[in-house]
Amino acid sequence: MSEPASPRSDTFGPDLAEVFGPAQSDGGPDLVQLLTPEGERVHHPEFDHDFSAEELRGLYRDMVLTRRIDVEATALQRHGELGIWAQLLGQEAAQIGAGRALRPQDYVFPTYREHGVAYCKGVDPLRLLGLFRGVDQGGWDPHENNFGLYTIVIGAQTLHATGYAMGMQRDGVVGTGDPERDSAVIAHFGDGASSQGDVNEAFIFAASYNAPVVFFCQNNQWAISEPIERQTRIPLYQRALGFGFPGIRVDGNDVLATYAVTQAALQRAREGNGPSFVEAYTYRMGAHTTTDDPTRYRLNDELEHWKLKDPIERLKVYLRRNGLVDQQFFDDLDAEAKEMGHHLREGCKALPDPKPLDQFGYVFSEMTDEIAAQRDEFAAYLASFEGSHS
Amino acid sequence: MSTSQKITLAKGLNMGLRKAMEDDDKVLLMGEDVGKLGGVFRITDGLQKDFGEDRVIDSPLAESGIVGTAVGMALRGYRPVIEIQFDGFVYPAYDQIVCQVAKYTYRSQGKVKMPIVIRIPFGGGIGAVEHHSESPEAQFAHTPGLKVVACSNPVDGYWMIQQAIAHDDPVIFLEPKRQYHADKAELDESATPEPLFTSRVVRAGTDATVLAYGPTVKTALKCAEAAASEGRSLEVIDLRTLSPLDMAPVLESVRRTGRCVVTHEAHVNLGMGAELAARITEECFYSLEAPVLRVGAFDTPYPPSRIEEEYLPDLDRVLDAVDRTFAF
Repeated sequence: MSEPASPRSDTFGPDLAEVFGPAQSDGGPDLVQLLTPEGERVHHPEFDHDFSAEELRGLYRDMVLTRRIDVEATALQRHGELGIWAQLLGQEAAQIGAGRALRPQDYVFPTYREHGVAYCKGVDPLRLLGLFRGVDQGGWDPHENNFGLYTIVIGAQTLHATGYAMGMQRDGVVGTGDPERDSAVIAHFGDGASSQGDVNEAFIFAASYNAPVVFFCQNNQWAISEPIERQTRIPLYQRALGFGFPGIRVDGNDVLATYAVTQAALQRAREGNGPSFVEAYTYRMGAHTTTDDPTRYRLNDELEHWKLKDPIERLKVYLRRNGLVDQQFFDDLDAEAKEMGHHLREGCKALPDPKPLDQFGYVFSEMTDEIAAQRDEFAAYLASFEGSHS
Repeated sequence: MSTSQKITLAKGLNMGLRKAMEDDDKVLLMGEDVGKLGGVFRITDGLQKDFGEDRVIDSPLAESGIVGTAVGMALRGYRPVIEIQFDGFVYPAYDQIVCQVAKYTYRSQGKVKMPIVIRIPFGGGIGAVEHHSESPEAQFAHTPGLKVVACSNPVDGYWMIQQAIAHDDPVIFLEPKRQYHADKAELDESATPEPLFTSRVVRAGTDATVLAYGPTVKTALKCAEAAASEGRSLEVIDLRTLSPLDMAPVLESVRRTGRCVVTHEAHVNLGMGAELAARITEECFYSLEAPVLRVGAFDTPYPPSRIEEEYLPDLDRVLDAVDRTFAF
């Protein structure tokens, strides 16, 4: 009996290698890029944007200050002032590109690593530290800056983002043609979260209701110790089509491309054309958090390779090469970064600890009699020690 | 003109939902099959037709998605009322309920409110297949940040659902599905309801107190009827609220009677009865003539329906427990 000639041992369905192409470690041919790692400006037929010199300097400044926030917070953890810190080192372009594409009326649903996006939305970086210091669980008012509270359960916020976007649809702030009014939501998450049921359910709800939400995935290649290959067998951005909306992979270390792609995705949502997926292809240059030890699971060569793609360096090269900055610019920015560091160091140490009885507040919109009774009992217990050490 | 009419629990809930939607255009209903079908129990019957698809939303079949998007809607200023089709289907949404719905107000130090009502048909007795007859109330009552109530009759269904929707905190709203289309009661829409988080003495008595909620209120009232014919006077309290508990009427009653039996369809181990027994013991120790006894389901999974009546607390098992409290 003769077997039919076939190049594949598995003839069930299409050849995935043909559909998706070979595995790519550099982002592959679909990667949208406007600024190469060497600082060379390139153009893209679909996603391009004319950046003024001022815009370019602004994006550079934002990334430098964001890195400073991260470096200071990491140092504060090392000095025992924070219990833990989730570092964003290497992801500055992804966050600033996405953050600067937002309009004031747009709403952000972050993970716990969106320090750069928070900064773009006007949240004082000092307010981010409370959660990591253990004095609160998110010290800012989400509605004040349209920046949601950090969400620690992986992927849960993508559903909140979708529901919020459904609310926007009902409020008539989508597709009106008024740029001051039309709004969108951006849902941040990472490559690890793409495996979560909630994220996949968010995709389905958003597609089903055509909700104005941009799913912005920072694929930083690592979910703590697990490489991207453990989460997906196909490039993440290609998953979106299966849910019924477009997916774009952008160079997440290229702030210009990230801005252009996210801006287009948000505009699409604001105009009432529904959800989309942006995969910002980047790299977590630091540890998952300050408690993590990446030397146990990844090679230093990989880090060295990605250092060559540093998001800040490439824009610096471009700005210098094109004479868009002078030494005064760098001196001023350095002073500003130092001031930011001072603000965080001094501010962090001055954050007041909550009082023992504070834990009873805010369980509900109004304290119930049950909780008031527990508070009073505990207060009396604490009071029973007063004067006992004299 | 009289505003009174005789209604079932299903009708009471339906009328209450309609009234809440008329009163506040931020109220949205969402769930599986709640639109054209009116829900598998027809609780939302006719509401999509009258309020439109933007306010009565048929959702994809994903419970975590339903609850998670409701969180987002609440953040946007809406008051979502969501239907979990059956008790046993709530678990895919458990994370969103426990980690998000219950904790958002606390996390935000009161800056964010979560006015979400999660309606769950609960309890057994309808001859259903697995996962359709469960009583998960203790799992939610054990979660700080959630309020948990259970209605037992058509009139309470009408008022309590409106009160839960108007409330600014998340409410797990349990509906005894066996009662949906059973007994009718007289509803006076012009009446003033009692506050939501209160328990109620539904039959006065002097010899022992029986605590019940949801589907077991009817059982407890039958017990009191039967006991009365034997010369024993049982006081029956419909707890109505499971978290927070309204202990005042319970403690007042037990101090008078000295005996107490708690009955619920949920498993006895670590159930509502355990908490009630502990609190009664702490507060009424010197008034008790007997330990507080619990009558509920065994600590076994819900059985095949042909033997479910041997699993659920019934008149005889509750009366047997009452007898045992008199043996001390």
